[in-house]
Amino acid sequence: MNARIYNAKLIFPREISTVQSNIQNINQELSEIFIKDGCFTEAYDGPFDYEIDAEGMVVFPGLIDVHVHLREPGFEYKEDIASGTRAAAVGGFTSVACMPNTNPICDNAAVVGFIKERAAEVGIVNVWPIGAVTKEQKGEQLAEIGLMKEAGIVALSDDGASVKTADMMRKAMVYAADFDLTIIDHCEDPTISNGGIMNEGLASTQMGVPGSPSIAEDIIVMRDILLADYLDLPVHIAHVSTKRSVQQIRAAKARGIKVTAETCPQYFIFTDDDCRGYNTLFRAYPPMRRPEDIAAIIVGLQDGTLDMIATDHAPHHEDEKDIEFCLAKNGMSGLETAFSASYTYLVKPGYLQLEDLARLFCSAPERLIKVGRGSFANGAPADLTLIDLEQSWEVDRFKMVSKGKNSAFHGMTLNSKVKYTIVDGKIVYHDI
Amino acid sequence: MHLKSKDLLGIEQLSSKEICLILDTATTMKRVLSQPTKKTSHLQGKSVVNLFFENSTRTRMSFEMAAKYMGAASINISSSGSSVNKGETLLDTAVTIDMMATDFLVMRHRESGAAEFLAKRVNASVINAGDGMHEHPTQALLDVFTMRDKLGHLDKLKVAIIGDCLHSRVFRSNLLALTKLGSEVWVSGPASLMPLDVESTGARYTKHVEEAIQDADVVMSLRIQLERIEKGLFPSVNEYFRYYGLDDKKIKLAKKNALVMHPGPANRGVEINSALYESDRSVISEQVTNGVAVRMAVLYLLSLRRNIYERENL
Repeated sequence: MNARIYNAKLIFPREISTVQSNIQNINQELSEIFIKDGCFTEAYDGPFDYEIDAEGMVVFPGLIDVHVHLREPGFEYKEDIASGTRAAAVGGFTSVACMPNTNPICDNAAVVGFIKERAAEVGIVNVWPIGAVTKEQKGEQLAEIGLMKEAGIVALSDDGASVKTADMMRKAMVYAADFDLTIIDHCEDPTISNGGIMNEGLASTQMGVPGSPSIAEDIIVMRDILLADYLDLPVHIAHVSTKRSVQQIRAAKARGIKVTAETCPQYFIFTDDDCRGYNTLFRAYPPMRRPEDIAAIIVGLQDGTLDMIATDHAPHHEDEKDIEFCLAKNGMSGLETAFSASYTYLVKPGYLQLEDLARLFCSAPERLIKVGRGSFANGAPADLTLIDLEQSWEVDRFKMVSKGKNSAFHGMTLNSKVKYTIVDGKIVYHDI
Repeated sequence: MHLKSKDLLGIEQLSSKEICLILDTATTMKRVLSQPTKKTSHLQGKSVVNLFFENSTRTRMSFEMAAKYMGAASINISSSGSSVNKGETLLDTAVTIDMMATDFLVMRHRESGAAEFLAKRVNASVINAGDGMHEHPTQALLDVFTMRDKLGHLDKLKVAIIGDCLHSRVFRSNLLALTKLGSEVWVSGPASLMPLDVESTGARYTKHVEEAIQDADVVMSLRIQLERIEKGLFPSVNEYFRYYGLDDKKIKLAKKNALVMHPGPANRGVEINSALYESDRSVISEQVTNGVAVRMAVLYLLSLRRNIYERENL
């Protein structure tokens, strides 16, 4: 596929000073992008399969989401690889890394192979499987990490729960390091969250709902940081939602500990008060926290404590959400709203600039999963996201392309709209 | 004046005026209960379904008697022996009941918010007879009715609520009702059984039970579930009674004519000793009678509200 995109305003990631970037980008002065055989190239005279006049749009390297649930195999009634990647394309994501809590669990090379095959067959954007750390995610025995790596995994996680014990986490970190894989840990101490289904606080007290304290997250974050320090190995903290976790990660980074972290739009936008009225669309783990947590997360995104924004896209069937609050499933459908929500709540108020979003959605996720994307590097596969910053739109969850209509943004007006999503030089989504 | 909502989900949604309307109506209903012939025709031709997913004797009976005294057809469904055990969802069960032209759906459910969930989805008036740890509005209404009946007013009373506030819907509903009516609620009990932000709910908290009871107009003891010992929330019945159980010594700190209340059923010798339970100060038995009167008032006022609602929707 050969193409030319002109009148483009390219957004290059602004890195935090400690990060060394040796990517040879295409000429920053140009307002033209040339794609030859699906890859970026300095100059090309054509012929072109298509040309896009990007007047009025900004152009990002293709967005990467390191934390999605595509639900296939096993839970196709919630989402499948076809519908999930279509949702990704609508949201501007050109790459998604999918969590292993499918059925069967992605804890062996055969399931990894199945996901890769299905993605090649029906996937619309790049799908990068994440393997389970332990067999059946039970936290007892290591999964076949090496064989899964050969089959194509880009990271490891027992997402849905923490790697059960400090001992297992230690063994997994050491073993995974030989295969150059990082463990993405869902941080929650179940002995203290103890059945809590929303943030422990005034709202949970008044609603009479069992609360999960923010320290359920912090205790495991601290455990993982101490392990990373002791072993001098990397660890990645999934969906950070609390002030104390941000503080701990910041302090750890300052000491040179190899910890990275992500947060999700819901954790810098919503609070536990949004659960009032028993609104199950706001049920997620980690739960929506307090305004002071939001403030800390925004500062964390500004100063690089939090490296990236992921969605934790967790589609569920309507029957699993249109139910009593205590019985509803955790999670939000997030792929189609993440970029616009981040622009609306981070860039519009002036907390961040577009170049920061390019770091949070492109270059930093690439450093975690190392798939050779997320930049305008010469010769790299041409993944691009074109966005109209002036267009605003109202979220209608029933019109989402994901099978999971469980969006907490329903009815909200968001700024900025993805216009084109391009994967390997091919237009996979065009908003007309 | 009418109730604003078709449902009674909690005290939270009621204004102080609405609460007073219910209490005034209950006064009339209590007179009905003291007559030799306790039949009225307020709810003639109406149907009341008591849908109870948790064990209850007094609340379920109280609603049933209230409905029957006013001429309504009332039936009881408990979770055992219903389709709920066959995997049918709460919503499906409720819609089925609703489609049988039910006027009132009285529900007790172990999950907080269950009544509110149903109210949005059925035509019947939903009355919350206790949802999880959230609210038990008719209990609070009968409690404040009892206080007003005995003390003559609800202005600036000091009400001490002692015990497991963390898990108690009775505490939550009473706190809301008393605060709205201008009284002050003090709470005390083991800190492990207090909600995290109890002070920001509007209650005054003290770790000294004696301070809570000091000069109180009303002392209400909450039922303690013995399973809480297994969960590690307090060590033993013996220790609980010693520090938090109501006895003659502690109650002497309260005002001379202070009322002793308990939502029932009480664990005698744990939350309250037998002598106090049966003493002149105790209004625990009267709370039961008042419960029927209050539930009659609620059913009656909601039926008036339904008449308007049905007319509007013709």
